[in-house]
Amino acid sequence: MDAKRRDFLKMAGLSALAGLTAPAAVHMLVNKGPFQANAATAAPVGEAGEGGHEAAPATGVRLGMVIDIKKFGENQELARQCIEACHSIHNVPDYGNAKDEIKWIWTEDYEHAFTDQSQYKRNTTLHELPIMTLCNHCDNPPCVRACPTQATFKSKKTGAVLMDYHRCIGCRFCMAACPYGARSFNWRDPRGKDAKGQPFIKHLNADFPTRTRGVVEKCNFCAERLAVGKQPACVEACGDTGALVFGDLNDPSSPISKVLAENFTIQRNAALGTKPSLFYII
Amino acid sequence: MYDLGKIIPGLIVFVGLVSFPIWYNGGDAGAIPKPEKPVLAKECVADIQYMRTTHMQLLMAWRDDIVREGGARTWATARSTEYNRSLQSGCMKCHTSKKKFCDTCHEYAAVTPYCWDCHIAPQETK
Repeated sequence: MDAKRRDFLKMAGLSALAGLTAPAAVHMLVNKGPFQANAATAAPVGEAGEGGHEAAPATGVRLGMVIDIKKFGENQELARQCIEACHSIHNVPDYGNAKDEIKWIWTEDYEHAFTDQSQYKRNTTLHELPIMTLCNHCDNPPCVRACPTQATFKSKKTGAVLMDYHRCIGCRFCMAACPYGARSFNWRDPRGKDAKGQPFIKHLNADFPTRTRGVVEKCNFCAERLAVGKQPACVEACGDTGALVFGDLNDPSSPISKVLAENFTIQRNAALGTKPSLFYII
Repeated sequence: MYDLGKIIPGLIVFVGLVSFPIWYNGGDAGAIPKPEKPVLAKECVADIQYMRTTHMQLLMAWRDDIVREGGARTWATARSTEYNRSLQSGCMKCHTSKKKFCDTCHEYAAVTPYCWDCHIAPQETK
């Protein structure tokens, strides 16, 4: 062959140029004109501001709860009864110190429950009211996104944020991700005993499992009770006081939808865009 | 081959040590476990042989279906006996003793499933 080095380099250069530009040229031909397609494929913007009282998607069940702060203020025992009912049914251990505390449902003061609200000139009675708080069962749950094992997930059937304790590896990413402090980690063995020999779980409920050391736990919206046609334990504990209203947010004829339509409610830190399913009547 | 005098006795000692549990027990696999069967129940949720070999997979399938998919809690056998798809409130309602049922085989096979780290075993009578 009589190919000269000079010719070879020319051909190689042209081939490289053709190879680099061909995809762009084909793209232009297909879409009729340079880079028109880009505008259409750009991500839609403007979703960041949602998360307050946004319109609920029409399909599927989304369980939610309305918490009437005034009712809990009138009957201060009510909150304690709710906590007692929930924690005894779900074998929630009491480690006896705040650092290790496990809580599925608990009371918070107004200032710490509603951190996004201005506390300036807030009336004093509100400050003294116990604010019933539990997992918000967000429609856009940050804990689910953080979980590396999908141990926590959103139920397809109810929209509740649930946990599969079999899968939890105790990395606590979900605790860091949850802006509501609704998740607790078992630093100690829930079946163990304290220094005085008292078990951490006072009365073991044989119908529900415990957890182990090294597992995160939280409110499950009583998935195990709903499955057998019962109301959540806290709702049952409130009876007909109307302090807690539980139901499907997507069903316009459900009692909770009526309560929401008739009352002014707020959500905890809705501006974060987590879309909480808990609503507070203040 | 070099060092035959060392290798052959060495191999014999090695094989002897490794097979120690077998010849020490005289080739006997020990007493075959006899898990206590429930008195009242007529049939299990599946064929006995299937349950012997595959109960762990069955339990995991139940777990995944109920916990993650919100599957049905009650089910029926081919002979339409209703049962609860649950370890704690299904299996253990008939097999009322963990010691006399679960543990007999699990100890024999030297397996330690962690079911009971969370799930609550029924109270042992006596």
